[in-house]
Amino acid sequence: MFDYCADPKTLEGLAWLSCYLTTAKHFSFYLSFLTVIVVIVITAPLVLVIGFAGALAQRSTIGPVRWLGWAYAAVVRGVPDIVFFLFVPIAVDQALEYIRHHTLCSDQTGSVWVGNDFVVCQQAKLPLTSAETWVHDLYGLALAVLAFAMIYGAYAANVIQGAMRAVPSGQLEAGRAIGMSAGQIFRRIHVPQMWVYALPGLSNLWMILLKATPFLFLLGIQDPVYWARELGGFKTQVYAYSHEDWRFWYFSALMLFYLGLTWVSQIGFDRLSVRVSRGMALAR
Amino acid sequence: MRNLKTLAGAIALALIAGPVLADGHAVRLGTEGAYPPYNFINDKGEVDGFERELGDELCKRAGLECTWVINDWDSIIPNLVSGNYDTIIAGMSATDERDEVIDFTEAYMPPTPSAYVTLAGNSPDLEGGVVTAQVNTIQAGHVASSGATLVEFGTPDETIAAVKNGEADAVFADKDYLTPIVSESNGELVFVGPDVSLGKGTAMGIRESDTELNAKMSAAIASVKADGTLNAMLKKWFKENPPQW
Repeated sequence: MFDYCADPKTLEGLAWLSCYLTTAKHFSFYLSFLTVIVVIVITAPLVLVIGFAGALAQRSTIGPVRWLGWAYAAVVRGVPDIVFFLFVPIAVDQALEYIRHHTLCSDQTGSVWVGNDFVVCQQAKLPLTSAETWVHDLYGLALAVLAFAMIYGAYAANVIQGAMRAVPSGQLEAGRAIGMSAGQIFRRIHVPQMWVYALPGLSNLWMILLKATPFLFLLGIQDPVYWARELGGFKTQVYAYSHEDWRFWYFSALMLFYLGLTWVSQIGFDRLSVRVSRGMALAR
Repeated sequence: MRNLKTLAGAIALALIAGPVLADGHAVRLGTEGAYPPYNFINDKGEVDGFERELGDELCKRAGLECTWVINDWDSIIPNLVSGNYDTIIAGMSATDERDEVIDFTEAYMPPTPSAYVTLAGNSPDLEGGVVTAQVNTIQAGHVASSGATLVEFGTPDETIAAVKNGEADAVFADKDYLTPIVSESNGELVFVGPDVSLGKGTAMGIRESDTELNAKMSAAIASVKADGTLNAMLKKWFKENPPQW
Protein backbone atom coordinates (compact mmCIF):
# COMPACT_ATOMS: atom_id res chain seq x y z
CA MET A 1 0.00 0.00 0.00
CA PHE A 2 2.74 2.46 0.94
CA ASP A 3 5.80 2.94 -1.28
CA TYR A 4 8.24 1.91 1.44
CA CYS A 5 6.56 -1.51 1.70
CA ALA A 6 8.21 -2.81 -1.45
CA ASP A 7 10.68 -5.04 0.41
CA PRO A 8 9.06 -6.20 3.67
CA LYS A 9 12.07 -8.24 4.82
CA THR A 10 14.14 -5.07 5.32
CA LEU A 11 11.54 -3.25 7.40
CA GLU A 12 11.45 -2.94 11.16
CA GLY A 13 9.28 -1.59 13.94
CA LEU A 14 6.37 0.68 13.11
CA ALA A 15 7.18 0.75 9.40
CA TRP A 16 6.95 -3.04 9.32
CA LEU A 17 3.71 -3.00 11.27
CA SER A 18 2.11 -0.35 9.08
CA CYS A 19 2.97 -2.37 5.98
CA TYR A 20 1.90 -5.62 7.60
CA LEU A 21 -1.50 -4.28 8.60
CA THR A 22 -2.18 -2.90 5.14
CA THR A 23 -1.51 -6.03 3.05
CA ALA A 24 -4.21 -7.16 0.67
CA LYS A 25 -4.75 -10.14 2.94
CA HIS A 26 -5.48 -7.85 5.88
CA PHE A 27 -7.96 -5.90 3.77
CA SER A 28 -9.78 -9.19 3.14
CA PHE A 29 -9.89 -9.54 6.93
CA TYR A 30 -11.27 -6.01 7.39
CA LEU A 31 -13.79 -6.55 4.60
CA SER A 32 -15.02 -9.75 6.24
CA PHE A 33 -16.32 -7.69 9.18
CA LEU A 34 -18.46 -5.84 6.70
CA THR A 35 -19.64 -9.16 5.30
CA VAL A 36 -20.88 -10.16 8.75
CA ILE A 37 -22.78 -6.92 9.16
CA VAL A 38 -24.30 -7.15 5.68
CA VAL A 39 -25.35 -10.77 6.26
CA ILE A 40 -27.13 -10.05 9.53
CA VAL A 41 -28.73 -6.86 8.22
CA ILE A 42 -30.20 -8.80 5.28
CA THR A 43 -31.07 -11.83 7.36
CA ALA A 44 -32.88 -10.05 10.19
CA PRO A 45 -35.86 -8.77 8.14
CA LEU A 46 -36.17 -12.18 6.47
CA VAL A 47 -36.23 -13.83 9.89
CA LEU A 48 -38.99 -11.45 10.93
CA VAL A 49 -41.06 -12.19 7.82
CA ILE A 50 -40.67 -15.96 8.20
CA GLY A 51 -41.30 -15.67 11.95
CA PHE A 52 -44.46 -13.64 11.37
CA ALA A 53 -45.73 -16.09 8.76
CA GLY A 54 -44.88 -19.00 11.07
CA ALA A 55 -46.69 -17.38 14.00
CA LEU A 56 -49.78 -16.72 11.88
CA ALA A 57 -49.69 -20.32 10.64
CA GLN A 58 -49.48 -21.58 14.22
CA ARG A 59 -52.54 -19.47 15.12
CA SER A 60 -54.48 -20.36 11.99
CA THR A 61 -57.98 -21.78 12.29
CA ILE A 62 -57.26 -24.07 9.33
CA GLY A 63 -55.94 -27.39 10.66
CA PRO A 64 -53.29 -28.30 8.07
CA VAL A 65 -51.83 -24.76 8.06
CA ARG A 66 -51.60 -24.83 11.84
CA TRP A 67 -49.94 -28.25 11.82
CA LEU A 68 -47.44 -27.05 9.22
CA GLY A 69 -46.59 -24.02 11.37
CA TRP A 70 -46.00 -26.14 14.46
CA ALA A 71 -44.11 -28.82 12.54
CA TYR A 72 -41.74 -26.22 11.05
CA ALA A 73 -40.97 -24.72 14.45
CA ALA A 74 -40.65 -28.10 16.15
CA VAL A 75 -38.35 -29.65 13.53
CA VAL A 76 -36.01 -26.68 13.13
CA ARG A 77 -35.79 -26.00 16.85
CA GLY A 78 -35.23 -29.67 17.62
CA VAL A 79 -32.33 -30.22 15.22
CA PRO A 80 -28.88 -28.73 15.97
CA ASP A 81 -28.48 -25.43 14.11
CA ILE A 82 -25.23 -26.55 12.52
CA VAL A 83 -26.94 -29.54 10.92
CA PHE A 84 -29.57 -27.31 9.35
CA PHE A 85 -26.93 -24.83 8.34
CA LEU A 86 -25.11 -27.53 6.41
CA PHE A 87 -28.29 -29.13 5.09
CA VAL A 88 -30.27 -26.16 3.74
CA PRO A 89 -27.62 -24.75 1.36
CA ILE A 90 -26.71 -28.18 -0.02
CA ALA A 91 -30.35 -29.15 -0.45
CA VAL A 92 -31.31 -25.86 -2.12
CA ASP A 93 -28.24 -25.86 -4.34
CA GLN A 94 -28.72 -29.44 -5.46
CA ALA A 95 -32.47 -28.96 -5.97
CA LEU A 96 -31.84 -25.95 -8.21
CA GLU A 97 -29.11 -27.75 -10.14
CA TYR A 98 -31.36 -30.79 -10.48
CA ILE A 99 -34.17 -28.68 -11.97
CA ARG A 100 -31.75 -26.86 -14.28
CA HIS A 101 -30.22 -30.15 -15.35
CA HIS A 102 -33.61 -31.49 -16.41
CA THR A 103 -34.73 -28.29 -18.16
CA LEU A 104 -31.47 -27.29 -19.84
CA CYS A 105 -29.97 -30.69 -20.60
CA SER A 106 -33.12 -32.69 -21.23
CA ASP A 107 -31.28 -34.65 -23.91
CA GLN A 108 -29.09 -36.26 -21.23
CA THR A 109 -30.41 -39.43 -19.72
CA GLY A 110 -29.24 -41.16 -16.60
CA SER A 111 -29.24 -40.22 -12.94
CA VAL A 112 -27.50 -37.14 -11.55
CA TRP A 113 -26.11 -39.46 -8.89
CA VAL A 114 -23.08 -41.33 -10.16
CA GLY A 115 -21.71 -43.39 -7.29
CA ASN A 116 -20.83 -40.82 -4.61
CA ASP A 117 -20.90 -37.93 -7.02
CA PHE A 118 -23.61 -35.40 -7.73
CA VAL A 119 -23.13 -34.71 -11.42
CA VAL A 120 -25.15 -32.26 -13.51
CA CYS A 121 -24.26 -31.04 -16.99
CA GLN A 122 -21.93 -28.02 -17.31
CA GLN A 123 -24.76 -25.65 -18.30
CA ALA A 124 -26.79 -26.60 -15.21
CA LYS A 125 -24.06 -25.71 -12.71
CA LEU A 126 -25.01 -22.92 -10.35
CA PRO A 127 -23.09 -20.72 -10.58
CA LEU A 128 -21.36 -21.80 -13.77
CA THR A 129 -17.87 -23.16 -13.27
CA SER A 130 -16.63 -20.38 -15.54
CA ALA A 131 -18.33 -17.63 -13.49
CA GLU A 132 -16.21 -15.03 -11.74
CA THR A 133 -15.18 -15.74 -8.16
CA TRP A 134 -17.40 -12.95 -6.79
CA VAL A 135 -20.44 -14.63 -8.37
CA HIS A 136 -19.62 -17.84 -6.51
CA ASP A 137 -19.13 -15.84 -3.30
CA LEU A 138 -22.41 -14.00 -3.72
CA TYR A 139 -24.27 -17.23 -4.43
CA GLY A 140 -22.77 -18.85 -1.32
CA LEU A 141 -23.72 -15.79 0.70
CA ALA A 142 -27.31 -15.94 -0.57
CA LEU A 143 -27.58 -19.61 0.41
CA ALA A 144 -26.15 -18.82 3.84
CA VAL A 145 -28.67 -16.00 4.35
CA LEU A 146 -31.45 -18.39 3.35
CA ALA A 147 -30.24 -21.01 5.83
CA PHE A 148 -29.98 -18.47 8.65
CA ALA A 149 -33.47 -17.17 7.85
CA MET A 150 -34.91 -20.70 7.86
CA ILE A 151 -33.32 -21.55 11.22
CA TYR A 152 -33.92 -18.33 13.11
CA GLY A 153 -37.35 -17.87 11.49
CA ALA A 154 -38.56 -20.89 13.47
CA TYR A 155 -37.41 -19.35 16.75
CA ALA A 156 -38.92 -16.01 15.75
CA ALA A 157 -42.22 -17.74 14.96
CA ASN A 158 -42.39 -19.02 18.52
CA VAL A 159 -41.42 -15.67 20.01
CA ILE A 160 -44.04 -13.81 17.98
CA GLN A 161 -46.69 -16.44 18.58
CA GLY A 162 -46.08 -16.18 22.33
CA ALA A 163 -46.11 -12.39 22.19
CA MET A 164 -49.46 -12.42 20.41
CA ARG A 165 -50.92 -14.54 23.19
CA ALA A 166 -49.50 -12.15 25.78
CA VAL A 167 -51.57 -9.19 24.57
CA PRO A 168 -54.38 -8.79 27.18
CA SER A 169 -57.65 -10.08 25.74
CA GLY A 170 -59.39 -7.00 27.15
CA GLN A 171 -57.57 -4.89 24.56
CA LEU A 172 -58.97 -6.99 21.72
CA GLU A 173 -62.45 -7.04 23.29
CA ALA A 174 -62.34 -3.26 23.49
CA GLY A 175 -61.70 -3.21 19.76
CA ARG A 176 -64.71 -5.42 19.10
CA ALA A 177 -66.81 -3.31 21.45
CA ILE A 178 -66.25 -0.19 19.36
CA GLY A 179 -67.12 -2.12 16.19
CA MET A 180 -63.70 -2.81 14.63
CA SER A 181 -63.48 -5.62 12.12
CA ALA A 182 -61.19 -8.60 12.78
CA GLY A 183 -58.63 -7.16 10.37
CA GLN A 184 -58.70 -3.77 12.03
CA ILE A 185 -58.23 -5.32 15.46
CA PHE A 186 -55.31 -7.34 14.14
CA ARG A 187 -53.57 -4.39 12.49
CA ARG A 188 -54.36 -1.61 14.95
CA ILE A 189 -54.36 -3.35 18.31
CA HIS A 190 -52.98 -6.86 18.27
CA VAL A 191 -49.79 -6.40 16.21
CA PRO A 192 -48.72 -3.00 17.61
CA GLN A 193 -49.10 -4.22 21.20
CA MET A 194 -47.49 -7.57 20.43
CA TRP A 195 -44.08 -5.97 19.75
CA VAL A 196 -43.58 -5.02 23.38
CA TYR A 197 -43.71 -8.68 24.39
CA ALA A 198 -41.79 -9.93 21.35
CA LEU A 199 -38.88 -7.51 21.60
CA PRO A 200 -36.86 -9.19 24.40
CA GLY A 201 -37.09 -12.55 22.62
CA LEU A 202 -36.25 -11.03 19.25
CA SER A 203 -33.27 -9.15 20.68
CA ASN A 204 -31.97 -12.47 22.02
CA LEU A 205 -32.36 -13.96 18.56
CA TRP A 206 -30.48 -11.06 17.01
CA MET A 207 -27.57 -11.60 19.41
CA ILE A 208 -27.54 -15.34 18.74
CA LEU A 209 -27.63 -14.71 14.99
CA LEU A 210 -24.69 -12.34 15.38
CA LYS A 211 -22.66 -14.98 17.11
CA ALA A 212 -23.66 -17.71 14.67
CA THR A 213 -21.99 -15.92 11.75
CA PRO A 214 -18.72 -17.93 12.07
CA PHE A 215 -20.80 -20.77 10.58
CA LEU A 216 -20.27 -18.91 7.31
CA PHE A 217 -16.88 -20.53 6.83
CA LEU A 218 -18.53 -23.93 6.72
CA LEU A 219 -19.97 -22.79 3.41
CA GLY A 220 -16.63 -21.53 2.15
CA ILE A 221 -17.32 -17.87 2.97
CA GLN A 222 -14.30 -16.38 4.68
CA ASP A 223 -15.56 -14.72 7.84
CA PRO A 224 -13.52 -12.80 10.47
CA VAL A 225 -12.93 -15.93 12.57
CA TYR A 226 -11.37 -17.71 9.58
CA TRP A 227 -9.16 -14.73 8.80
CA ALA A 228 -8.14 -14.27 12.44
CA ARG A 229 -7.04 -17.90 12.61
CA GLU A 230 -5.32 -17.71 9.23
CA LEU A 231 -3.56 -14.38 9.82
CA GLY A 232 -2.77 -15.05 13.48
CA GLY A 233 -1.09 -18.42 13.01
CA PHE A 234 2.71 -18.29 13.01
CA LYS A 235 4.25 -17.47 9.63
CA THR A 236 7.54 -18.86 8.37
CA GLN A 237 9.95 -17.03 6.03
CA VAL A 238 7.96 -18.30 3.05
CA TYR A 239 5.56 -15.42 3.78
CA ALA A 240 6.62 -11.83 3.08
CA TYR A 241 5.74 -10.94 6.69
CA SER A 242 6.81 -13.71 9.03
CA HIS A 243 5.85 -13.66 12.68
CA GLU A 244 5.18 -15.75 15.77
CA ASP A 245 1.82 -17.18 16.80
CA TRP A 246 -0.27 -14.01 17.12
CA ARG A 247 -3.69 -15.61 17.37
CA PHE A 248 -4.14 -14.12 20.84
CA TRP A 249 -4.09 -10.57 19.42
CA TYR A 250 -6.31 -11.42 16.47
CA PHE A 251 -8.89 -13.15 18.62
CA SER A 252 -8.78 -10.24 21.07
CA ALA A 253 -9.61 -7.92 18.17
CA LEU A 254 -12.49 -10.23 17.23
CA MET A 255 -13.76 -10.14 20.79
CA LEU A 256 -13.78 -6.34 20.74
CA PHE A 257 -15.64 -6.37 17.42
CA TYR A 258 -18.37 -8.73 18.63
CA LEU A 259 -18.67 -6.96 22.00
CA GLY A 260 -18.93 -3.63 20.21
CA LEU A 261 -21.61 -4.98 17.91
CA THR A 262 -23.66 -6.37 20.80
CA TRP A 263 -23.23 -3.12 22.72
CA VAL A 264 -24.53 -1.05 19.79
CA SER A 265 -27.34 -3.56 19.27
CA GLN A 266 -28.36 -3.32 22.91
CA ILE A 267 -28.59 0.47 22.67
CA GLY A 268 -30.73 0.08 19.56
CA PHE A 269 -33.04 -2.43 21.23
CA ASP A 270 -33.40 -0.25 24.33
CA ARG A 271 -34.53 2.67 22.18
CA LEU A 272 -36.86 0.44 20.18
CA SER A 273 -38.34 -0.88 23.42
CA VAL A 274 -39.14 2.66 24.59
CA ARG A 275 -40.72 3.40 21.24
CA VAL A 276 -43.00 0.35 20.99
CA SER A 277 -44.21 0.70 24.57
CA ARG A 278 -45.39 4.30 24.14
CA GLY A 279 -48.82 4.74 25.64
CA MET A 280 -48.92 1.28 27.15
CA ALA A 281 -49.48 0.69 30.85
CA LEU A 282 -46.62 -1.70 31.59
CA ALA A 283 -45.14 -2.76 34.92
CA ARG A 284 -41.72 -1.22 35.45
CA MET B 1 -48.12 -7.44 -4.31
CA ARG B 2 -48.07 -7.94 -8.05
CA ASN B 3 -44.60 -6.39 -8.19
CA LEU B 4 -43.47 -8.82 -5.53
CA LYS B 5 -44.80 -11.76 -7.54
CA THR B 6 -43.10 -10.51 -10.70
CA LEU B 7 -39.86 -10.16 -8.78
CA ALA B 8 -40.14 -13.63 -7.25
CA GLY B 9 -40.96 -15.03 -10.67
CA ALA B 10 -37.99 -13.29 -12.24
CA ILE B 11 -35.63 -14.61 -9.56
CA ALA B 12 -36.97 -18.15 -9.94
CA LEU B 13 -36.61 -17.93 -13.71
CA ALA B 14 -33.09 -16.55 -13.40
CA LEU B 15 -32.06 -19.38 -11.11
CA ILE B 16 -33.62 -22.09 -13.23
CA ALA B 17 -32.99 -20.87 -16.75
CA GLY B 18 -30.43 -18.17 -15.91
CA PRO B 19 -26.84 -18.23 -17.07
CA VAL B 20 -26.33 -21.05 -19.53
CA LEU B 21 -23.20 -19.85 -21.31
CA ALA B 22 -20.74 -22.51 -20.29
CA ASP B 23 -17.57 -23.55 -21.94
CA GLY B 24 -16.04 -26.87 -21.03
CA HIS B 25 -12.63 -25.41 -20.27
CA ALA B 26 -13.31 -23.89 -16.89
CA VAL B 27 -12.04 -25.88 -13.92
CA ARG B 28 -12.08 -24.95 -10.24
CA LEU B 29 -9.13 -26.12 -8.18
CA GLY B 30 -9.84 -26.68 -4.49
CA THR B 31 -7.06 -26.24 -1.95
CA GLU B 32 -6.63 -25.68 1.78
CA GLY B 33 -4.42 -22.59 1.73
CA ALA B 34 -2.79 -23.30 5.10
CA TYR B 35 0.00 -25.75 4.33
CA PRO B 36 3.20 -24.01 3.30
CA PRO B 37 5.16 -24.65 1.20
CA TYR B 38 2.54 -26.85 -0.56
CA ASN B 39 -0.20 -24.24 -0.57
CA PHE B 40 -0.79 -21.11 1.46
CA ILE B 41 -2.39 -17.70 1.19
CA ASN B 42 0.27 -15.08 0.58
CA ASP B 43 0.16 -11.50 1.80
CA LYS B 44 -1.69 -10.42 -1.32
CA GLY B 45 -4.48 -12.74 -0.25
CA GLU B 46 -3.86 -15.10 -3.18
CA VAL B 47 -3.19 -18.83 -3.17
CA ASP B 48 0.57 -19.35 -3.42
CA GLY B 49 3.09 -22.15 -3.02
CA PHE B 50 4.32 -25.24 -4.85
CA GLU B 51 0.84 -26.41 -5.76
CA ARG B 52 -0.22 -22.98 -7.04
CA GLU B 53 2.69 -22.96 -9.46
CA LEU B 54 2.17 -26.60 -10.42
CA GLY B 55 -1.61 -26.27 -10.78
CA ASP B 56 -1.34 -23.21 -13.04
CA GLU B 57 1.24 -25.00 -15.20
CA LEU B 58 -0.90 -28.14 -15.45
CA CYS B 59 -3.94 -26.09 -16.46
CA LYS B 60 -1.89 -24.31 -19.12
CA ARG B 61 -0.70 -27.59 -20.58
CA ALA B 62 -4.15 -29.18 -20.44
CA GLY B 63 -5.71 -26.10 -22.06
CA LEU B 64 -7.97 -25.39 -19.09
CA GLU B 65 -8.95 -22.12 -17.46
CA CYS B 66 -8.48 -22.62 -13.77
CA THR B 67 -9.65 -20.65 -10.76
CA TRP B 68 -8.61 -21.34 -7.17
CA VAL B 69 -11.04 -22.09 -4.36
CA ILE B 70 -10.13 -22.26 -0.68
CA ASN B 71 -11.86 -24.91 1.40
CA ASP B 72 -11.41 -26.18 4.94
CA TRP B 73 -9.32 -29.38 4.98
CA ASP B 74 -11.88 -31.34 6.96
CA SER B 75 -14.64 -30.92 4.34
CA ILE B 76 -12.42 -30.87 1.27
CA ILE B 77 -13.52 -34.32 -0.03
CA PRO B 78 -17.29 -33.94 0.59
CA ASN B 79 -17.31 -30.57 -1.18
CA LEU B 80 -15.48 -32.05 -4.18
CA VAL B 81 -18.00 -34.85 -4.42
CA SER B 82 -20.96 -32.46 -4.28
CA GLY B 83 -19.44 -30.37 -7.07
CA ASN B 84 -18.29 -27.14 -5.38
CA TYR B 85 -14.98 -27.46 -7.25
CA ASP B 86 -13.49 -29.99 -9.63
CA THR B 87 -10.14 -31.06 -8.21
CA ILE B 88 -8.36 -31.23 -4.87
CA ILE B 89 -4.76 -30.08 -5.04
CA ALA B 90 -3.79 -29.76 -1.41
CA GLY B 91 -0.82 -31.97 -0.57
CA MET B 92 -3.19 -34.92 -0.36
CA SER B 93 -1.65 -38.38 -0.30
CA ALA B 94 -3.37 -41.01 -2.38
CA THR B 95 -4.62 -43.69 0.03
CA ASP B 96 -6.89 -46.70 -0.42
CA GLU B 97 -9.38 -45.23 2.02
CA ARG B 98 -9.72 -41.98 0.05
CA ASP B 99 -9.67 -43.89 -3.23
CA GLU B 100 -12.99 -45.47 -2.30
CA VAL B 101 -14.66 -42.05 -2.40
CA ILE B 102 -12.69 -40.13 -5.04
CA ASP B 103 -10.11 -40.93 -7.71
CA PHE B 104 -6.52 -39.75 -7.90
CA THR B 105 -4.48 -38.61 -10.87
CA GLU B 106 -0.96 -39.78 -11.46
CA ALA B 107 1.14 -38.71 -8.46
CA TYR B 108 3.04 -35.41 -8.76
CA MET B 109 5.14 -36.09 -5.67
CA PRO B 110 6.65 -39.42 -4.68
CA PRO B 111 5.85 -40.70 -1.18
CA THR B 112 7.61 -38.31 1.19
CA PRO B 113 8.65 -39.05 4.76
CA SER B 114 6.60 -37.97 7.74
CA ALA B 115 8.39 -37.04 10.96
CA TYR B 116 7.91 -36.23 14.65
CA VAL B 117 8.80 -32.83 16.10
CA THR B 118 9.03 -31.96 19.77
CA LEU B 119 10.36 -29.21 22.05
CA ALA B 120 14.14 -29.24 22.46
CA GLY B 121 15.11 -31.13 25.60
CA ASN B 122 11.97 -33.27 25.54
CA SER B 123 12.21 -37.00 25.05
CA PRO B 124 8.59 -37.89 24.29
CA ASP B 125 7.22 -41.41 24.29
CA LEU B 126 6.08 -41.59 20.66
CA GLU B 127 4.12 -44.78 21.20
CA GLY B 128 2.54 -43.99 24.57
CA GLY B 129 2.51 -40.21 24.96
CA VAL B 130 0.27 -37.53 23.48
CA VAL B 131 0.93 -36.92 19.77
CA THR B 132 -0.90 -34.35 17.69
CA ALA B 133 -1.70 -34.42 13.96
CA GLN B 134 -4.06 -32.65 11.59
CA VAL B 135 -7.53 -34.19 11.38
CA ASN B 136 -8.21 -36.65 8.53
CA THR B 137 -4.58 -36.99 7.47
CA ILE B 138 -2.58 -40.17 6.96
CA GLN B 139 -0.41 -38.98 9.83
CA ALA B 140 -3.43 -38.90 12.16
CA GLY B 141 -4.26 -42.45 11.09
CA HIS B 142 -0.70 -43.55 11.78
CA VAL B 143 -0.64 -41.98 15.26
CA ALA B 144 -3.98 -43.59 16.13
CA SER B 145 -2.61 -47.03 15.26
CA SER B 146 0.78 -46.44 16.95
CA GLY B 147 -0.60 -46.64 20.48
CA ALA B 148 -0.03 -42.96 21.26
CA THR B 149 -2.93 -40.73 22.35
CA LEU B 150 -3.99 -38.76 19.27
CA VAL B 151 -4.98 -35.11 19.59
CA GLU B 152 -6.34 -33.70 16.32
CA PHE B 153 -6.60 -30.12 15.09
CA GLY B 154 -8.33 -28.62 12.06
CA THR B 155 -5.32 -26.73 10.71
CA PRO B 156 -1.65 -27.74 10.61
CA ASP B 157 -0.36 -24.66 12.46
CA GLU B 158 -2.60 -25.46 15.42
CA THR B 159 -0.77 -28.78 15.79
CA ILE B 160 2.56 -26.92 16.04
CA ALA B 161 1.07 -24.50 18.58
CA ALA B 162 -0.10 -27.49 20.64
CA VAL B 163 3.49 -28.75 20.92
CA LYS B 164 4.82 -25.29 21.76
CA ASN B 165 2.35 -24.78 24.60
CA GLY B 166 2.81 -28.28 26.00
CA GLU B 167 -0.62 -29.64 25.11
CA ALA B 168 1.00 -32.43 23.11
CA ASP B 169 4.39 -34.12 23.53
CA ALA B 170 5.06 -34.20 19.79
CA VAL B 171 3.53 -33.40 16.41
CA PHE B 172 3.52 -35.88 13.52
CA ALA B 173 3.30 -34.37 10.03
CA ASP B 174 4.84 -34.27 6.55
CA LYS B 175 8.56 -33.63 6.97
CA ASP B 176 8.43 -31.10 4.09
CA TYR B 177 5.99 -29.03 6.09
CA LEU B 178 7.95 -29.32 9.35
CA THR B 179 11.45 -28.64 8.01
CA PRO B 180 11.15 -24.82 7.57
CA ILE B 181 9.34 -24.56 10.90
CA VAL B 182 12.06 -26.44 12.78
CA SER B 183 14.91 -24.57 11.10
CA GLU B 184 13.31 -21.18 11.85
CA SER B 185 12.45 -21.98 15.47
CA ASN B 186 15.91 -20.94 16.78
CA GLY B 187 16.42 -24.33 18.35
CA GLU B 188 13.08 -24.39 20.16
CA LEU B 189 11.77 -27.31 18.08
CA VAL B 190 13.68 -30.44 17.08
CA PHE B 191 13.00 -33.57 15.06
CA VAL B 192 12.73 -36.71 17.13
CA GLY B 193 12.51 -40.40 16.32
CA PRO B 194 12.76 -42.03 12.92
CA ASP B 195 11.16 -40.76 9.70
CA VAL B 196 8.15 -42.78 8.62
CA SER B 197 7.14 -43.31 5.00
CA LEU B 198 3.38 -43.23 4.51
CA GLY B 199 1.01 -43.13 1.54
CA LYS B 200 1.40 -43.68 -2.15
CA GLY B 201 2.56 -40.23 -3.14
CA THR B 202 0.79 -36.89 -3.46
CA ALA B 203 -1.76 -36.59 -6.24
CA MET B 204 -4.69 -34.53 -7.39
CA GLY B 205 -8.09 -35.73 -6.19
CA ILE B 206 -10.85 -35.84 -8.81
CA ARG B 207 -14.47 -37.03 -8.77
CA GLU B 208 -14.78 -40.68 -9.79
CA SER B 209 -17.26 -39.75 -12.51
CA ASP B 210 -14.90 -37.13 -13.98
CA THR B 211 -12.67 -39.51 -15.93
CA GLU B 212 -12.07 -37.00 -18.72
CA LEU B 213 -10.55 -34.38 -16.39
CA ASN B 214 -8.53 -37.09 -14.67
CA ALA B 215 -7.03 -38.17 -18.00
CA LYS B 216 -6.20 -34.56 -18.96
CA MET B 217 -4.55 -33.80 -15.64
CA SER B 218 -2.63 -37.09 -15.52
CA ALA B 219 -1.31 -36.42 -19.03
CA ALA B 220 -0.25 -32.91 -17.97
CA ILE B 221 1.49 -34.31 -14.88
CA ALA B 222 3.32 -36.87 -17.02
CA SER B 223 4.44 -34.06 -19.33
CA VAL B 224 5.83 -31.83 -16.53
CA LYS B 225 7.60 -34.88 -15.14
CA ALA B 226 9.11 -35.78 -18.50
CA ASP B 227 10.65 -32.38 -19.31
CA GLY B 228 12.04 -31.71 -15.84
CA THR B 229 9.69 -28.81 -15.04
CA LEU B 230 8.31 -30.63 -12.04
CA ASN B 231 11.74 -31.43 -10.59
CA ALA B 232 12.71 -27.76 -10.93
CA MET B 233 9.55 -26.68 -9.10
CA LEU B 234 10.16 -29.21 -6.33
CA LYS B 235 13.72 -27.89 -5.94
CA LYS B 236 12.45 -24.33 -5.74
CA TRP B 237 9.82 -24.96 -3.06
CA PHE B 238 11.40 -27.76 -0.99
CA LYS B 239 14.89 -26.41 -0.48
CA GLU B 240 16.19 -29.03 1.94
CA ASN B 241 15.99 -32.55 0.49
CA PRO B 242 13.59 -31.82 -2.38
CA PRO B 243 11.78 -34.97 -3.51
CA GLN B 244 12.71 -35.77 -7.11
CA TRP B 245 11.36 -37.98 -9.88
